[in-house]
Amino acid sequence: MGWLSSFVQNTLTKNSIATPSRLKESGILSMNSRNLNYISRYNPRRLLPLVDDKLTTKRMAEKAGVDVPKLIGVIEYQSDIRKLKSILEPLEQFVIKPAKGSGGKGILVITGRDGDRYVKASGESLSFNAISRDVSNILGGLYSLGGKSDVAVIESLIVADPIFKDYSFEGVPDIRVIVFRGFPVMAMMRLATRKSDGKANLHQGAVGVGLDIATGNSLRSVQHDLPVNTHPDTGHNFSTLKVPHWHKILCLSAACHEMTSLGYLGVDLVLDKNLGPLILELNARPGLAIQIANGQGIKPRLEMIESLRKHDLPIEERVAFSQQHFGVSIMQTPQKA
Amino acid sequence: MKGRFQLGLMVAVLIVAGLGLTLYKHFALGFPLLGKDISTVWSIEAWVSFKARGEAAQASLTLPDQQSDVRILDESFASPGYGINQTNDGGQRRAVWSTRKADGRQDLFYKVKLRLEPGISPSVNDQPEPFIAPVLPEPYQTAATSLLNQVTDRSADPVSFAGTMISQFNAKEPDQNANMLLGMVEEGVTLPDLLVNLLHMGNIPARIVRGLHLEDGRRRQPIVDMIEVYDGTQWQLFDPKTGKAGNPEAFFLWQRGAKSLLDVMGGVNSDVKFSIISQNVPTRELALTQATQDGAALIDFSIYSLPLEVQNAFKIILLIPIGVLTVLFMRIVVGLRTSGTFMPVLIAMAFLQTQLIPGLVIFISLVSIGLWIRSFLSQQNMLLVARLGAVIIVVILIMAAMSILSWKLGITQALTVTFFPMIILAWTIERMSILWEEEGPKDVFKEGGGSLLVATMSYLLMSNPIVEQLTFNFPELMLTLLGIVLLLGQYTGYRLLELKRFYPLVHSVNSVNSVNSDK
Repeated sequence: MGWLSSFVQNTLTKNSIATPSRLKESGILSMNSRNLNYISRYNPRRLLPLVDDKLTTKRMAEKAGVDVPKLIGVIEYQSDIRKLKSILEPLEQFVIKPAKGSGGKGILVITGRDGDRYVKASGESLSFNAISRDVSNILGGLYSLGGKSDVAVIESLIVADPIFKDYSFEGVPDIRVIVFRGFPVMAMMRLATRKSDGKANLHQGAVGVGLDIATGNSLRSVQHDLPVNTHPDTGHNFSTLKVPHWHKILCLSAACHEMTSLGYLGVDLVLDKNLGPLILELNARPGLAIQIANGQGIKPRLEMIESLRKHDLPIEERVAFSQQHFGVSIMQTPQKA
Repeated sequence: MKGRFQLGLMVAVLIVAGLGLTLYKHFALGFPLLGKDISTVWSIEAWVSFKARGEAAQASLTLPDQQSDVRILDESFASPGYGINQTNDGGQRRAVWSTRKADGRQDLFYKVKLRLEPGISPSVNDQPEPFIAPVLPEPYQTAATSLLNQVTDRSADPVSFAGTMISQFNAKEPDQNANMLLGMVEEGVTLPDLLVNLLHMGNIPARIVRGLHLEDGRRRQPIVDMIEVYDGTQWQLFDPKTGKAGNPEAFFLWQRGAKSLLDVMGGVNSDVKFSIISQNVPTRELALTQATQDGAALIDFSIYSLPLEVQNAFKIILLIPIGVLTVLFMRIVVGLRTSGTFMPVLIAMAFLQTQLIPGLVIFISLVSIGLWIRSFLSQQNMLLVARLGAVIIVVILIMAAMSILSWKLGITQALTVTFFPMIILAWTIERMSILWEEEGPKDVFKEGGGSLLVATMSYLLMSNPIVEQLTFNFPELMLTLLGIVLLLGQYTGYRLLELKRFYPLVHSVNSVNSVNSDK
């Protein structure tokens, strides 16, 4: 039996396949377990529309005093598309997104004007007709789950904090914080690449950088689930990356728990040059790639919070707890070789 | 935790109930578990004919009874213009055909279907009736008495008595007494009659029985007289021609007792002929007929009680859970992405009609052409619903074009294109086209390939004869499937593809750990 198990072990290693026991040992959360033990347990269905609709989230956040990018306009019906021209006319830069879109689908980022044409983040330019077709698609429900009719939200373009200029190829880097029962548990930064078309979407080839909850320092970076050390386009080394306003970011994220009552939440933030950290959107089904970016399984942290006696602490205390217990800086030292 | 326990209990109950009912149907009702079992069913036709004399006519025929080692499955009568009655005449069933007026040649039919099933015994009271020892005319009486004395000396019990006596008559050179008695046979008394009389004189209950040797393809098979001797607990069969005891193989008893086999009133030249054929029948059908006769509630209230057409529809419908299970397994345990949750099941069902390779070719070409045309549509400024409608019409046009073209080219396989669900195809094309625009062709091939892989696997399972036979014959297994699905819904382990996805993560985590432990 011994040779058989070693043969199996070798074959698995050769094809870079991990054994379930090894993943379990490292505390890695599986998709099935996320769905069953966390999302369906802590995110009641009736609350999901709050985050599935970005317009609702935005209005809710504004009401709760949480910082969000400025809302410029909403196109609700196909007939409203006529008004689009007058809304867009005075704007140099703006973002159009479907209120119920998921995974960054259907988001149009216009960074400038070229006469009559609108210039996308990638440099490609679009006519007004192309934009109104996109808006029409959004309203038709092309990007929403189940093809339900949707509304298009136009908001101000975020002026990215120049700190990250070297780490991102166009686009605005965003920060994803997983908030479990009000405690920030894991964070990463998502940096756009040429491959991701200026979008901070890991699935499309953006780089994910794991962030130390205690400090906001970078831990490790991955692209397409595989570790990288430097940005594929700018060549900058990620190990020097440090996110400013870290404490505020954690507090803003933690506040989203009170705002939505959702227990397992992915909070997406951006750093605006002028306004500081802003909440971009909330996600009730945050992905698992954050574990790869952090080089850590998230499960032990979730279980630690579940085992707490008292959860309804003030935001400051929750953030302090997370920073104290989930910081990695201490055991980080031996890794660099 | 309480909810978890309840669910666990429910899963256990469902799985056990499904398997239990299946096993019950297999063992108690005889449904074949695997493969198409074949059983031999004998079908015997008795053809009664006589010449009517232009007045009321009545014919009565002895009918066979349940007997050991034989199961009577079905019997039917065919007799145009005759009323038919079944009577019980001293423990023996008889069919009575009667009509007010009959002229010329009359033909009446009785058909019985039966199966040899060793080990089955009917629970009928079959005690011997009291009898009086007959007295034969001299000199036979004297010969009989001395023969009986001889035989009594050489035998121990009724069975050996009968055996010894019959062998006296069958000996190459019968002794003096037997020879004398054989003279009675020459005078017109049949040998079985004589033997029964002699046995009665020896105070042994005996009777004449009539039956048929079951041989396939026999027409005008004569009915054979045999002798049954009661040994105190049961009847033993003897062949009067050989003296052999025991039931010869494949012998079907038609009548017990010496009453006439056929009586006709109002007719002459009456005759009864037997023809025998054997048929091979799937055991399932047989089990069904038997279970219906036995009144098994499981069968009475089941899909089998539906009209045949509906049953055939269910044959397909009952396969869907298999496809669903495949999809669940591939998504939950393997972690494969498919376009549309249960779209692969519908594609697999289309494959059932088209066969796999033609199905794959048709599907891929339909979707490719659809995507190509859809790319024209996406350049137009259109509302989503209208565009989807347009795609549906385009899909139908492509289907029609494919059918016509392939028909002209003589490729009849492609005609099955109509089995693909149009709406699903249109949605697939729409989704694929959006995926193409947003994520690029790589994701389209990944998702499309995943869907086709799952559809192919579902097809292979659903078209497997064993699976088909199990789902249709044992719909109870659906309970088990339901249990498994509930169980899969509780699976929180890693998906197989996650083992690969998270490999780099574990690798580095472990290296950090090993460095730490080295310190």
